[in-house]
Amino acid sequence: MLIRTRRPTDIKPSEITDEALYRQRRRFLKTAAVAGAGVVLGPGCGLSAEDDRGEKLPNVVKGPYGIDEDPTPYKSVTTYNNFYELGTGKRDPSRNAHRLKPRPWSVAVEGECARPGVFALEDFIRPHPLEERIYRLRCVEAWSMVIPWVGFALADVLKRFEPTGNAKYVEFVTLYDPKMLPGQRRRVLDWPYTEGLRMDEAMHPLAILAVGLYGGVLPNQNGAPLRLVVPWKYGFKSIKSIVTIRFVKDRPATAWNTAAPDEYGFYSNVNPQVDHPRWSQRRERRIGELRKRKTLMFNGYAHEVASLYAGMDLRRDF
Amino acid sequence: MRWVLKPWVFVVCLLPLGIMVWQGLHDGLGANPIEELTHRTGDWTLRLLLITLAVTPLRQTLGWTQLMRLRRMLGLYAFFYATLHFTIYLWLDQFFDWGEIAADIVKRPYITVGFAAFVLLIPLAATSTQGMMRRLRRHWVRLHRAVYVIAILGVLHFWWLVKADVREPAVYAALLTLLLGYRLLRARRGRAPAARLAPYPQASTRNP
Repeated sequence: MLIRTRRPTDIKPSEITDEALYRQRRRFLKTAAVAGAGVVLGPGCGLSAEDDRGEKLPNVVKGPYGIDEDPTPYKSVTTYNNFYELGTGKRDPSRNAHRLKPRPWSVAVEGECARPGVFALEDFIRPHPLEERIYRLRCVEAWSMVIPWVGFALADVLKRFEPTGNAKYVEFVTLYDPKMLPGQRRRVLDWPYTEGLRMDEAMHPLAILAVGLYGGVLPNQNGAPLRLVVPWKYGFKSIKSIVTIRFVKDRPATAWNTAAPDEYGFYSNVNPQVDHPRWSQRRERRIGELRKRKTLMFNGYAHEVASLYAGMDLRRDF
Repeated sequence: MRWVLKPWVFVVCLLPLGIMVWQGLHDGLGANPIEELTHRTGDWTLRLLLITLAVTPLRQTLGWTQLMRLRRMLGLYAFFYATLHFTIYLWLDQFFDWGEIAADIVKRPYITVGFAAFVLLIPLAATSTQGMMRRLRRHWVRLHRAVYVIAILGVLHFWWLVKADVREPAVYAALLTLLLGYRLLRARRGRAPAARLAPYPQASTRNP
């Protein structure tokens, strides 16, 4: 799917419209369309010519759990990022994105499972039909977005490797390569970045591995080529550029929890009642909106996931 | 030269604001413009505070007496950007949600110290006029020493805000350490402290 050999009937690169020209036309079409339709439809209904960058992913079907909130503009999703491996400023990851080479890529599956192995990315992804999942993303810094991810259920992936009864947690590890991820040259965090989920959290149908957004291949600054998306947890749980998935017996160390255990818990479920020591979590700024909105319990996914935490003290296990 | 300097610095100090306004009108502040404006006005407050604190050491070590004529204006600009910073927080960030603001000030150490620094700046700005200098005399000097505390609180405010990468606040902290360390050393050498922060620029033979 991702590696393509050229057939004689394929379009030659020289025949492809220059991207700048293409955009210019699209912008013209958009302006014309909006000028015509805008009066009737009002704001928020403009056609998004800016939203179709990146190589289109084929055969993406609509997945479950869609929400009918306006997706955050593509430009914001791809230029306002926390990906410390590509720089600690919000705009750094998009500026440094070219350093990361997401192809070729391989993923190692290790630990308490019957079928461990190292897989080329294409082989790793191939068995799974691609779904679009429009999810809220709530950052621990009290801003949020709505992102149309393309991916597949993490549970379907994990089952393939037949985890044993000893597998109580799943650990994820980001690529460690200071050449491709220059932020790793300074020890801002304990590289490589690691994250983890309890097995039942990982098996929850809301949790996905994403390979794209807005219908196209995942941009590097968003964690190409393969990232986790756990929409009911703060964004930093959704680890980027994954190279290792490990089934483990004991709770794994996770990057931010190791850096500041009193500020970032292992669970880090979105919870408006439990403040971060340095800021309130009661409200959030949706990127693109002026006024803050109320943060929802489990980021609005309480109906689906609250039962995972029944009987737990979420103030202690934050 | 000396009449050119002051208006020139006045305009230069307005440039950061000008750039923010221009970018704000041209979609140049990124995905989260409120955060961007908050950070930038905060940055300029700290920079101008440090520049203001550099005036006296530069005069004493390099003999740049002309700088003394700029000190008040630089200090007032620091207050100006601090006011913008605070207003953006109250208005654009919190939309005058006083409950939330009070909770922030009490519960979030970085906001507590930032707020304290801003409140302490107010009397300094209010007593910055020639008339006030004359009226308060020795007390003016004592009062305006609060700027050292304000600068420390300001840098702390930035440091405590940062999640992991403390490079930037560390630069401000280093510069502030240098500026305050210089004063401490000089005081130890037995100079009268009042002379360091005299309300009237001392006449100097270097500058007839």
